[in-house]
Amino acid sequence: MLTSRIIPCLDVRDGRVVKGVRFQGLRDAGDPAERASAYEQQGADELVVLDVSATPEGRGNALDTVRRVRAVLSIPLTVGGGVKEVQDGVALLEAGADKVSINTAAVQDPSILGRLAERFGAQCVVLALDAAARDTGGWEVVVRSGTHRTGIDAVQWAKEAVHRGAGEILLTSWDRDGTRSGYDVPLLQAVCSAVTVPVIASGGAATAGHLAVALRAGASAVLAASIFHDGDTTVAQVKRALMTEGLSIRPGWEPNKGEAA
Amino acid sequence: MSLVVVRTGMANLASVLAAFRRLGVEPEVSTDPQVVRRADRLVLPGVGAFGAAMQVLRDTGLVEPIAAHVASGRPLFAICLGLQVLCEGSEESPGVPGLGIVEGLVQRFPPSVLVPQLGWNLIRPTEGARYLDPGHAYYANSFRLPRLPEGWEGATSDHGGSFVAALERGNLLACQFHPELSGVWGRRVIARWLEAEPVCEPTGVPC
Repeated sequence: MLTSRIIPCLDVRDGRVVKGVRFQGLRDAGDPAERASAYEQQGADELVVLDVSATPEGRGNALDTVRRVRAVLSIPLTVGGGVKEVQDGVALLEAGADKVSINTAAVQDPSILGRLAERFGAQCVVLALDAAARDTGGWEVVVRSGTHRTGIDAVQWAKEAVHRGAGEILLTSWDRDGTRSGYDVPLLQAVCSAVTVPVIASGGAATAGHLAVALRAGASAVLAASIFHDGDTTVAQVKRALMTEGLSIRPGWEPNKGEAA
Repeated sequence: MSLVVVRTGMANLASVLAAFRRLGVEPEVSTDPQVVRRADRLVLPGVGAFGAAMQVLRDTGLVEPIAAHVASGRPLFAICLGLQVLCEGSEESPGVPGLGIVEGLVQRFPPSVLVPQLGWNLIRPTEGARYLDPGHAYYANSFRLPRLPEGWEGATSDHGGSFVAALERGNLLACQFHPELSGVWGRRVIARWLEAEPVCEPTGVPC
């Protein structure tokens, strides 16, 4: 039986880890390779690196970041941010990513999912789905870092993306992201019951309890950024809490490393 | 000692190379049959579709050199799709023959479980396993070999029922999981294969 995965996320801009609510008021949070290595030693099951660079020059640094992280990291690495063409995904995979996540580009041209999956297999293709609640009920897809509402039904889009070749869905609640109020569980349940691929819950986690709720609701994995970056807790501490709750967890932390903040 | 990694596709090769480099080995990456023929140790990684990978091996003339490498008893490490192409065929690409070094047909996971299998699963080694110990390994696969064939040691995991996690015989180790992505545990598996003195078949004594 698969264990539930705990996935720290590094937002990287111009080669440095940054943190901030919805990419506003960014603060420097260290070197990506150093952070990646520390999280692996704490027992992270996987790592997501999202490049949030605003310029083409910054994006060029992303490949260098991937190479540096890959050299030290022996757990899976998913990279996203700015993948517009198949060739962008190819470059990230060649640099050392194990999976690429695609967001806006897939909404604009869903065939990119199938073209990447045909070449590398569905297990390399992650759909990053950002969703926001509609006033009329349900959720719609939002793109361009949440600045644009598409009107597309989030659950229908999840189904179509899987049909086209996405092997995993990174589902972010745009209403909850950065709020530390917990994942959007109804959204998570709606997407998990609509697709047959693993779903990673994202957006809103502040406590191990939030993670447990999402995993019980059907998420195969939980993604969190701020709770680990701020140093209030480590991956190992969160994993211990989840094991106490009876969830199936791979320990994975190295002796004496799991405790360090 | 020369270690050659066969370039069967593109994705994930960087992770495999990084894992060997962290253990102090600089692999040579090649699809040249001459290079493969003179390799002391061969690594057969693979991500992508069964049919496409077999096509690459046929087009590059590597089917015979890989079979000869295994027949001579030199060490081979196959990863993920690399394990699957050692088999006779796969449901993923009906009618495409595999290398036929391992008896059996690769099949899709049953519809009762999430596919692809993405994540960490428990490894249960057989009693005679030489390279594997119990632990968690990272998987990224939609297809698997359902049963260990006669004459092989290895390990099993469970995802919609038991399936083959790894196969080993003599100097050949084939893993359905990704040791290069399986943290410290995976690093130990690779290190054991690198450090093991080659043994002669079928006696199992050092050459």
